[in-house]
Amino acid sequence: MATLTDPSQLSYEIGPATYAREESGGDVWTLNLGPQHPATHTTLRHVLELEGERVLSCTVHIGYLHSGFEKLGEKLNFNQYVVVTDRMNYISPMANNIAWHHACEKLFGIEITPRCKAIRTIIAELARIQDHLLCLGAAGLDLGAFTAFMYPFNARETIYDLFEEICGARFTTSYTRVGGLMQDITPGWTQKVRHFCTDELARAIDDFDALLTRNRIFLERTKGVGYLSHDDAISWSVTGPLARASGVRRDLRKDEPYLCYADDWDGQGGRAVTFKVPIATSGDCLARYQVRLAEMKESVKILLQMVDRVPDGPINVLPNDKATLPDKREIYFSIEGLIHHFEQVMTNRGFEPPVGESYGSNETANGELGFHLVSDGGNSAYRARCRPPSFINYQCFPHLVVGHQVSDVIAVLSSMNVIAAELDR
Amino acid sequence: MGVETNIAPFAASKEEFLSTKLSYLVDLLRENGVNWSRKNSLWPMPFATACCGIELMATGASRYDIARFGAEVMRFTPRQCDLLICAGRVAIKTMPVLQRIYQQMAEPKWVISMGACASTGGVFDTYAVVQGVDQFLPVDVYVPGCPPRPETLLEGVMAIQRIVEKEGLKHSHERQRGLGLVVQETVKLDVGKES
Amino acid sequence: MSGCSTHPIGPVIEAVAAKFADIDVAPSPLMPREDESQRQMCLRVPAERLIEVMTFLRFDPGCLFEQLVDLTCVDYLEFPRATDRYGVTYGLLSLTKEHRLWVKCFVNDPEPEVPSVTCIWKGADWQEREVWDMFGVKFAGHYDLRRILTWEGFEAHPLRKDYPLEGRGERENFVRIGIDSA
Repeated sequence: MATLTDPSQLSYEIGPATYAREESGGDVWTLNLGPQHPATHTTLRHVLELEGERVLSCTVHIGYLHSGFEKLGEKLNFNQYVVVTDRMNYISPMANNIAWHHACEKLFGIEITPRCKAIRTIIAELARIQDHLLCLGAAGLDLGAFTAFMYPFNARETIYDLFEEICGARFTTSYTRVGGLMQDITPGWTQKVRHFCTDELARAIDDFDALLTRNRIFLERTKGVGYLSHDDAISWSVTGPLARASGVRRDLRKDEPYLCYADDWDGQGGRAVTFKVPIATSGDCLARYQVRLAEMKESVKILLQMVDRVPDGPINVLPNDKATLPDKREIYFSIEGLIHHFEQVMTNRGFEPPVGESYGSNETANGELGFHLVSDGGNSAYRARCRPPSFINYQCFPHLVVGHQVSDVIAVLSSMNVIAAELDR
Repeated sequence: MGVETNIAPFAASKEEFLSTKLSYLVDLLRENGVNWSRKNSLWPMPFATACCGIELMATGASRYDIARFGAEVMRFTPRQCDLLICAGRVAIKTMPVLQRIYQQMAEPKWVISMGACASTGGVFDTYAVVQGVDQFLPVDVYVPGCPPRPETLLEGVMAIQRIVEKEGLKHSHERQRGLGLVVQETVKLDVGKES
Repeated sequence: MSGCSTHPIGPVIEAVAAKFADIDVAPSPLMPREDESQRQMCLRVPAERLIEVMTFLRFDPGCLFEQLVDLTCVDYLEFPRATDRYGVTYGLLSLTKEHRLWVKCFVNDPEPEVPSVTCIWKGADWQEREVWDMFGVKFAGHYDLRRILTWEGFEAHPLRKDYPLEGRGERENFVRIGIDSA
């Protein structure tokens, strides 16, 4: 827990991160890393001031992918915007969809059906696995381990196949809607998920583990590099595996449970899923790698619990709430369905949320992804603020690399899992 | 063509073998031209900004292997590449970077505009996204999709291969300039001044 | 339920109201709800008392909001029955006490300015720069307040309500770099 409780000890004078030069007055020069660089995870730019190979100061320039997401949120309505949320953390798009509609449903005050909660939990965990697979693969790739990149990517292809089966798109899924999902899962899909977890994913994780975890080169490049202390992690508003690798005991799935992580999620006393939250204390790149690997294994446990417990029933809440679209069969064959559809879709009708604000957040693979929604009663949000974990986690980066070598900059960056689209929005 | 395809390589003498295979190769090159070798060894420059970058990586990964087309060498330096794959939306801040990278590539060079955002701006009709890379780069192939499936990107690479085969060493100034649709000005005001 | 306090927030609000009796903190839920456990409470603090209140919230043993979860701004220009324009919103989280609180600080044109809380929570750094970039609200005491997401030379503040989504011609009129400068 935070130890700084006395205001007189307040000594934060944060300034640019700098490291003292050596007395001998070495050779100081400037290196520009990015924005086009294989290891910058798309468009990030660092201007490093180096003394030989040692980083004296690091200035980060971002915004190379700023596309006006939050302004778009004021134009597109609550169902249309899910398309844009896919493109935020694009390596686990389902998780963003779920987080957005979780926030919307909180604003509307809608409680989704048990079947929808179960399916969303399965999808959220698959998205978490997808994210960690790519993050660790890219971490290996940035340090030179090309095979360690290929194995996780192959496992991700199967996850893409699973998503494609339920919503038609590998990648930019847009699967959730306010009050439910786009369409139900196909029969037999949960068995495929189970087969994937026990067979292909287990092998992929084992192979990947064998390649990197005790690899001398990997250990020497990540151990002790980019240390983030426990108190700093809290102060820098860091969440997710980055914070947990520094010893911060916080996971929204346990602390503020939602979906099937909460007890009595099906209204009939259904037990919450049981899983552990991996915490490390060393706070370096190796700790973050280990935390993500362990989280993947815990996600597999959650999936194996949930695939047998998906209850029958509707996936969307009743259309009377004026927030969900009725089933297509209803629209074509009944007048009530048609009227409800028009109420939703016509430009002078649409959503009627209550006036006010709401903040809803999920624990995604990168940290706490939250949406602060302000609504004035209209069809689209008055303000759709995304609380992006990548952006907030990345703030401490200059302070982590100062004093290290240039190659450590790459190691630290890849351990932070910065997704440029979520960063710049 | 002078090639006996049924020759058993170990049956003939060494000199015969060498001369037959060599003449086969020379004939192949003479027939198909240098363009044949050029098209089968395109080195892409992946300018991957956003989600299309992930599908580009998936195309390079083991399932949809871009190495089958000789293009797995994704060197991130423009000096060594001849195919610029512009994958993802281009923000106005990134635009000078992309222009500079294109200028730094050596001739002959080709451009694939991958995805809806690079081709036209895509979903993002906003103040910060350039509505189509073809406003300042001559694009040869547009690959549609958001993001395009890896198979679609491979079809785009094959289209580039057909272009390379046909046109060969033409300088990029002499080739097609892309569609270059002119974006209608949204507001005729002083640029950048707010009310 | 995510985003809501696990433990009651009432005592915290009472402590703040008691300590700062001269400010009307006007505690109210962000959205009126019948279920008390679903309410997210919000306080209003004037800009000149912000640092005091935030320091109290951060260090007082009854509050202990160690983490600043979200720092954003809302432009209430077109909001029904709004009295002030810019509402800088701080979302606070206590890891030890497991409760959340929102604090709003309202400022107006011309020259909206709010003191920076980077001396209390380091994580306010880039979030304040983003609010400056997007809304034009200045943060006094921030060590490096410059644009973070938009490009150099961009002069507008895009998330303000009077700025159009398609921009004011910036995306069509840009400099094309010729071959000589590459």
